[in-house]
Amino acid sequence: MKVKINGLDMEVKSDSILELLKELGIDAQRVVVEVNLEIVRRDRFAEYKIKEGDSIEIVNFVGGG
Amino acid sequence: MNDPLIIREIEFKSRLWVGTGKYKDFEETARAVEASGADVVTVAVRRVNIIDRSKENLLDYIDPKKYKILPNTAGCYTVEEALRYARLAREAGISDMVKLEVIGDEKTLFPDVCGLLKATEILAKEGFIVLPYTNDDPVTAKRLVDAGAAAVMPLGAPIGSGLGIRNPYNIKIILEMVKLPVIVDAGVGTASDVSIAMELGCDAVLVNTAIAGAKDPVMMATALKHACIAGRLAYKAGRIPKKLYASASSPIEGMLS
Repeated sequence: MKVKINGLDMEVKSDSILELLKELGIDAQRVVVEVNLEIVRRDRFAEYKIKEGDSIEIVNFVGGG
Repeated sequence: MNDPLIIREIEFKSRLWVGTGKYKDFEETARAVEASGADVVTVAVRRVNIIDRSKENLLDYIDPKKYKILPNTAGCYTVEEALRYARLAREAGISDMVKLEVIGDEKTLFPDVCGLLKATEILAKEGFIVLPYTNDDPVTAKRLVDAGAAAVMPLGAPIGSGLGIRNPYNIKIILEMVKLPVIVDAGVGTASDVSIAMELGCDAVLVNTAIAGAKDPVMMATALKHACIAGRLAYKAGRIPKKLYASASSPIEGMLS
């Protein structure tokens, strides 16, 4: 399935957010996910289904002032 | 010294607050933060690097159980962007606080106060503890309080400039006009700048570049920690009024004839 993740066009196998994070090797506890500008709560990662063409943002905290 | 700063029932033990940007690596960040004695650190919200997963996570070095995490909305130029970053930050589930930045100009990074007021109002209604980064204008500070800010964070000088407290008189007027905590954010270059802000009566000072950009960040963090304590104590002790002429410290009485 073709989706956009953090601005990059990608082909992914997973169909839920939780699986997608596993596929990408990302710790689900450390990130916040937004799909098509809507925040997906962490407790919904497993049930939330990704669709073709979704624009997904995966963010975390970095050093800042 | 037990002299905590309280903002919306959150107790801050340290009046020196520090940022975590611009460090060489996370290890240096952790050592400088530790040396500063700060119990609150600012962080930014950014995309995870999905290509290079070898990159470590800041929170592996800055333990959220030990430090209060204050996410910022740095880099946001519109109200909508700032709201989006603030909401993403809160969703991380470790803090309802946000250091709200709505920037109005790339070169000076001065705040867009119209946007800042609007974003403060919206986020305060959503239950955020909003700490807006603002300019040193007392009227704007007052408006931010009316809009629901939990404290105000006037700049001493442009972010990263190291110019110090350029307008101490305005900061003093803000302190008189605003009944909430006032935290100087941005502009500090060295220890004396922190002391000046604290001597004026500011409740805290937030520093990033002055520490991260110093030749020895850990030593500078230690210096600023002491400068902050010194300035706070001097403020509480109550300084003498300034006079134009001398008044002798030694008695006139008992002088030889």
